[in-house]
Amino acid sequence: MIIRGGIVYDPANGIYGDEMDLFIDKGRMVESAKGEEIDARGLLVMPGGVDAHSHIAGKKVNTGRIMRPDDARLGTQPRTAVCRPSTGYTVPNCYAMGYRYARMGYTTAFEAATPILEARHTHEELEEIPIIDKGALTLFGNNWQVMECVRDKDLSKLAAYVAWGLRAARGYGVKIVNPGGGEAWGFGTNVKGVNDAVPNFDVTPAEIIRGLAEANEMLRLPHSIHLHFNNLGKPGNYTTAIETLDMLKDIKPSRMRQVVHVAHMQFSAYGGTSWRDFESKAPAIADYFNGHSHATMDMGQLLFGSATTMTADAPLEYGNARLTHNKWSNHDIELEESSGVVPMAYFRKMLVNAVQWAIGLELALLVKDPWKVLLTTDHPNGSPFVNYPEVITLLMSRPKREAEMATLHDQVPKRTTLAGIEREMDWTDIAIMTRAAPARILGLEDKGHLGPGADGDVSIYDLRPEEVDTSQDHALVKKSLATAKYTIKGGVVVSKEGQILATPPGRTFWVDAAVPQPEADRVMVDLEEKFARYYSVQMANYAVQDAYLPHGKAILAGLSISRGVA
Amino acid sequence: MSPDFFKAVSICHLSENDFKLLGLFEGRNVLIKNDHGQVVLTAKIDAGLPDSLVFIPMGPWANMLVGTETGGCGTPHFKGLEVDVAATDSPVLNIRELISGMGACCHV
Amino acid sequence: MSEAIMIRDAVCSFCGCLCDDINVEVEDGKVSRVRHACRLGSSKIMGHGRIQSPMIRKDGVLVAASFSEAYERAAQILLAASKPLLYGWASTSCEAAKKGILLAEEVGGVLDSTATVCHGPSVIGIEEKGLPGATLGQVKNRADTIVFWGCNPAEAHPRHSLRYSSNSSGKFTPQGREGRKIIVVDVRETRTSKNADKFMRIVPGSDYEVISALRMLIAGKGEILPDVIGGVKKVDLADIAATLKSARFGAIFFGLGITHSRGRYKNIDNALSLVAELNSHTKFVIMPMRGHYNVGGIGQVLAWSSGYPMSVDFTRGAPYFNPGETAACDLLAKRDVDAALIIAADAVSNFPHATAEGLASIPVIQIDPYENPTTILSDVVIPCAIAGVEVEGTAYRMDGLALRLRKLVDSSLPSDEEILTGILESVHRQRQRKANQGA
Repeated sequence: MIIRGGIVYDPANGIYGDEMDLFIDKGRMVESAKGEEIDARGLLVMPGGVDAHSHIAGKKVNTGRIMRPDDARLGTQPRTAVCRPSTGYTVPNCYAMGYRYARMGYTTAFEAATPILEARHTHEELEEIPIIDKGALTLFGNNWQVMECVRDKDLSKLAAYVAWGLRAARGYGVKIVNPGGGEAWGFGTNVKGVNDAVPNFDVTPAEIIRGLAEANEMLRLPHSIHLHFNNLGKPGNYTTAIETLDMLKDIKPSRMRQVVHVAHMQFSAYGGTSWRDFESKAPAIADYFNGHSHATMDMGQLLFGSATTMTADAPLEYGNARLTHNKWSNHDIELEESSGVVPMAYFRKMLVNAVQWAIGLELALLVKDPWKVLLTTDHPNGSPFVNYPEVITLLMSRPKREAEMATLHDQVPKRTTLAGIEREMDWTDIAIMTRAAPARILGLEDKGHLGPGADGDVSIYDLRPEEVDTSQDHALVKKSLATAKYTIKGGVVVSKEGQILATPPGRTFWVDAAVPQPEADRVMVDLEEKFARYYSVQMANYAVQDAYLPHGKAILAGLSISRGVA
Repeated sequence: MSPDFFKAVSICHLSENDFKLLGLFEGRNVLIKNDHGQVVLTAKIDAGLPDSLVFIPMGPWANMLVGTETGGCGTPHFKGLEVDVAATDSPVLNIRELISGMGACCHV
Repeated sequence: MSEAIMIRDAVCSFCGCLCDDINVEVEDGKVSRVRHACRLGSSKIMGHGRIQSPMIRKDGVLVAASFSEAYERAAQILLAASKPLLYGWASTSCEAAKKGILLAEEVGGVLDSTATVCHGPSVIGIEEKGLPGATLGQVKNRADTIVFWGCNPAEAHPRHSLRYSSNSSGKFTPQGREGRKIIVVDVRETRTSKNADKFMRIVPGSDYEVISALRMLIAGKGEILPDVIGGVKKVDLADIAATLKSARFGAIFFGLGITHSRGRYKNIDNALSLVAELNSHTKFVIMPMRGHYNVGGIGQVLAWSSGYPMSVDFTRGAPYFNPGETAACDLLAKRDVDAALIIAADAVSNFPHATAEGLASIPVIQIDPYENPTTILSDVVIPCAIAGVEVEGTAYRMDGLALRLRKLVDSSLPSDEEILTGILESVHRQRQRKANQGA
């Protein structure tokens, strides 16, 4: 395939809006090729979008669907000769997820949180999502085995367990959510800070986070730890964020990447002592990121309208439900996690929501290096992913931000700095935040760029970067980004002007990390006891079987592995 | 088509008092009726039942007494139905007899 | 005689407990011994009377046919119908469910599961209030207070108490049954109530009032309650409310006694609110006692495929859900479907008589390992291999946990998934033929 004459943004390869031809052969980018020609003359061309944090599969997501038939009715589209039916807005069915990402020019998305025990369910849904490549992060932050290794300061056993857990879950990386809080929620309480002891386990959240970060680097995993802070969603929590980040700054990364990726930073950049004096602390957070290089974040941008909050932070969800008097689902997972789901709506005139909206934008605009900030809405917590074009245009256009702010609660300019921020992002910034950076942060070497050997994932938009004024013409930009002119996945045109043309199955990436046999054996002794006494399933039935990853792609890592990709 | 299963679900359990009050004895049948239908079942004492409450296991016999109404939720009103109970000399119908009333096997 | 093969940790595909510690001995390709399973599970795994061959009704009589003939006839029936019902799915694998949903989309039918005659009201309750739950191991390790409401696991889920609930032990529950308070709420005494510390007998149909009274008592508003609620003395209810509130970790398991009684989904809605409120005082979870082993699984697969967990109408091309309109019982009672495919369920036995009569006047396709009353009304009967015994697959436990079913022995019969694939292929072929004739 040849893509002719596009204005290409491929920041990972130092290409910032150059007119060039691209070639794809056998699903990969190459120096030259023959075949189908696509006329992209003058149009915006980028690598396929990569979403590093999105709740797209598994028990939480399906619970959201089951408890929200009201949401399923939105976005209903009948089946066609190519497509299965679509339903849902904040909690779309599996098919709609694949089609909607593809229509937007995205070709990869990672599920953000899966307990090992329930990973089989996650993979059942991932496999059902068409077109895009996928992966799932695995939850470790409230796991009994993890906490016991941390308590015993047995780092090599912890690393061996993490490797075993990733293999059992066919997971991609180490996710930590409200460490210790999920265990405490098992008896209805929570932890209040990183140094608050976890009931019954004689460890602190700080020790869990540090232990897992060190194990992560010991195993040379492609991705760093992926952290949802303690105290998320609470006024004044920016101090927890900075305190947590600061205790990780001396850890050496085992690869050319961050040591910690912070999930949905917006929800942890809050000042004030209550919702009454709630204010943005995005500038303090941005200062920290500007002054340090060991951490990256994704925005977790909130947009007005309907959302469904879903997280392994179960106490937070109970709080959401009590606050909004909305319906509440909770799901605690033996020995491993807790979780919750609550529908939500965000309003322009509600001060807290308006400030939250501003904080996400402040974070992205105040952090100078776009490689440190990914564009996400923490789908569907802040807003469904289909609204990424809205976020992009807010970042690219100050007039749009001003127009929006005029419709919000009038306290927003006092509680945030957004009104004074002049920065307007360009296509390079956007290509980094939605393509190059998520791939680098996840450690996906063949994603997020268009160099030879990269996956043949390309998005082409009906926008002329050399002509369009992104500051003024934001409505046009938004419309064009919502529906790619072409989305090419693995060298196949999967979507053209919004119409899905092909639905190849995507791959599922997972990490197989090697550990020395004696370490693996030591973990096995502990696990055998846990399965005999505590788990409600047998160890033989615990790990995800190969049958659930017919399109699995293992990435090798580990203690004895010198090179990353097999 | 397990005979044991059919036997187990064509029984009407009654309290000891009700059993006596109706003049029943081991092997005697009861006729149960309500607005939706009627069915003959084998009577049996269940010491755990209070008076005026009969228990019939779910199955094709009990379903003779259940109406089609679902109250908009898709599920029929299977439990807590008001019925009249009387001793009877009629036999308990077998499963084919119960179903043949539906006019089965008449289409191709 | 070959040596017996021992298969360890097999998953029992009988009830929603999905016990996964079953040891099975296989000799000469047959199950010779089953260990750890209850009598219900054991009987299923050991095997009993099966349908031997596909059958098609001719001149009023079911006569043996080949599988391909049966697929062709089934496809013909589904294609000729303007609104076929595809019902059952609770006792087969998720892999079969996926094919079934595809078939329902292809032929423009309504797909419904047996949930609509068991925990359908629970699903609607969850749509109203959400489900505060946990995995069963969480109950095993933490619960010191357990309520069984309108359910009788001693008969229906025989190993539930030992593996997961009242008599299990775990990290924070080392004393097992001794360390727990067990409360049973029912309209009659059962084997489950005999294992309880407290049995609360309520008047049939009064679940809603009793739950409301408990909510009042827990909120500290007991003074406005009458002296007797649903046949229970207020003082006794106050006792129960105090027990619930003082639990360290409480769990409510509920069954058809509450979903089938007056109030139906409103009872569940109210129970879910009770649990949400209890969490302001302590830790509480609630869980439906799902009956058929994979009735949870069809709900999960249907939800991720269509957005809705049951009663999904595909006749308009896009999924549409409105229980009371699109549920199997409503459709049959209103004679609103003109063909039916019944798989892994016995609709004739389980529906109200006048509802089941709706099947008598329309063509019926049955896919099942066993002959049952639905067979009597069927026009095409297709026997299948049994998931979890003769074929692998996925099932979801009553707490929503997915497990992989094992294959224990071979079968000459096709799986449900293969049968549905066969029917789908026949549908495509017949459509193509018709298109060619048209052209």
